[in-house]
Amino acid sequence: MSQDANGVTQADVIVIGGGLVGTAVAYGLARNGADTLVLDQGDDAFRASRGNFGLVWVQGKGHDLPDYSRWTRSSAARWAGFAQMLLGDGGVDVQLRQQGGFHMCFSDDEMLERQTRLQTLQDALGDYPFQMLDAADLKARLPLIGPAVVGASYTPQDGHVNPLKLLRALHASTQARGGRLIGGVQVDRIDCAVGEFCVTAGQRRFIAPRIVLAAGLGNPGLARQVGLHAPVAPNRGQVLVSERVRPFLDYPTINVRQTDEGTVQLGDSMEEVGFDDRTTTEVLAKIARRGVSTFPLLSQVRLVRAWGALRVMSPDGFPIYQQSPRHPGAFVVTCHSGVTLAAAHALRIAPWIMGGEQPEELGVFTGERFLTDKVFSHAH
Amino acid sequence: MRTEPLFQPVMSEVRSTRTVSLTFNEQPLNVPAGTSVAAALLMSGIGRFRATPVSESPRAPYCMMGVCFECLVEIDGVPNRQSCLIEVSDGMRIRSQEGARDLMFAPVDVETFEVQP
Repeated sequence: MSQDANGVTQADVIVIGGGLVGTAVAYGLARNGADTLVLDQGDDAFRASRGNFGLVWVQGKGHDLPDYSRWTRSSAARWAGFAQMLLGDGGVDVQLRQQGGFHMCFSDDEMLERQTRLQTLQDALGDYPFQMLDAADLKARLPLIGPAVVGASYTPQDGHVNPLKLLRALHASTQARGGRLIGGVQVDRIDCAVGEFCVTAGQRRFIAPRIVLAAGLGNPGLARQVGLHAPVAPNRGQVLVSERVRPFLDYPTINVRQTDEGTVQLGDSMEEVGFDDRTTTEVLAKIARRGVSTFPLLSQVRLVRAWGALRVMSPDGFPIYQQSPRHPGAFVVTCHSGVTLAAAHALRIAPWIMGGEQPEELGVFTGERFLTDKVFSHAH
Repeated sequence: MRTEPLFQPVMSEVRSTRTVSLTFNEQPLNVPAGTSVAAALLMSGIGRFRATPVSESPRAPYCMMGVCFECLVEIDGVPNRQSCLIEVSDGMRIRSQEGARDLMFAPVDVETFEVQP
């Protein structure tokens, strides 16, 4: 990488976006020897990477799109090795715990819906282990579960990490492998020439033959400039976090988990409220009630913080992965599961960006699928 | 440049010489009434308020305004209280917060763990 007298910086690949998605891709690129430059907007950006719940989550995903399930599982299966790589390169332990996860059900109808969904996945994929646990089975596994929980589904590939440590690990590991991160870069424009992309940000310019758009909610406007379609929109999740308590919960669940450092995180709300990342008492109360119904001992826990964060959601809830047909060398990589998919982004997307084969699951994730009159809905 | 303190003592206590008695880890202390628990312990020479949950290293108050959670202590049996936000009172029993609190073996509300028939 070099910067000439005119303020132009050259690289092999420019990644726009320094969150979990951008830095996972950048880390993979840097590991493969590419001269990689990450341009990050800064701390005033909407950062899903700093607001999320930290799950490495497989169960139930892709019941209506088996390729999404395959893609998710390919990442979950690589996560243990990926965590070791991050520890080796960046020296940060992301606290991966991947001993399976539970999805609690509060009614027989919910149990039936859950069973149907997971059975559909098993029928489609063959090797898709899961268990439905009734109240007694569940209590044997999670003794502190509350009486309102009628049962749960369990799949063994689920896990969780400390998402803030993951972001730090990705930044440190990318840089340890020679990648360069530049903060405070507000991209104004991308110009496409044959075999070259030029990014303009204020007085600075960055030039590379390949460019990856991983700017989260900033992707729609950037994608348009390189002949791609990435209609992602914000979906708000609210999160509560408690004081630190001694370990009481060995497994992640979809709405309650205990972090490696003892805090309890509660969440799993979804709202369509545009670019508004504030919290509301009504939703936080609902999250707290559900948490206490799940684990009644949480009624004693003191909450210390609450926040809202915006998921990066496509109209059908699935990722968008595509190389621009009009401007080859430009890629969009955007999704709302930046933690779960981090291993696949580093280990499978990065080689594709460097000119390798596109991973076979990704054919269905082009942005053009949204250029129809169909009305989409997403359920994550 | 302004050099006088930004903060003022509670008005009712400005000229008061009233003190309250409390204990920190069983050690009896007399401290000025109207101060926060954190201030009272610091002026009594206490330098270790708690041990961190992660590395068990010692901690004392840092921000004194309810933000940093470094000043946590147990007060009258209730763990993880922010001592900078709580006023001293007579007879308070304060203990250092040794690591994370324990939810499972908390002395209160044990019955909530039981499954309803």
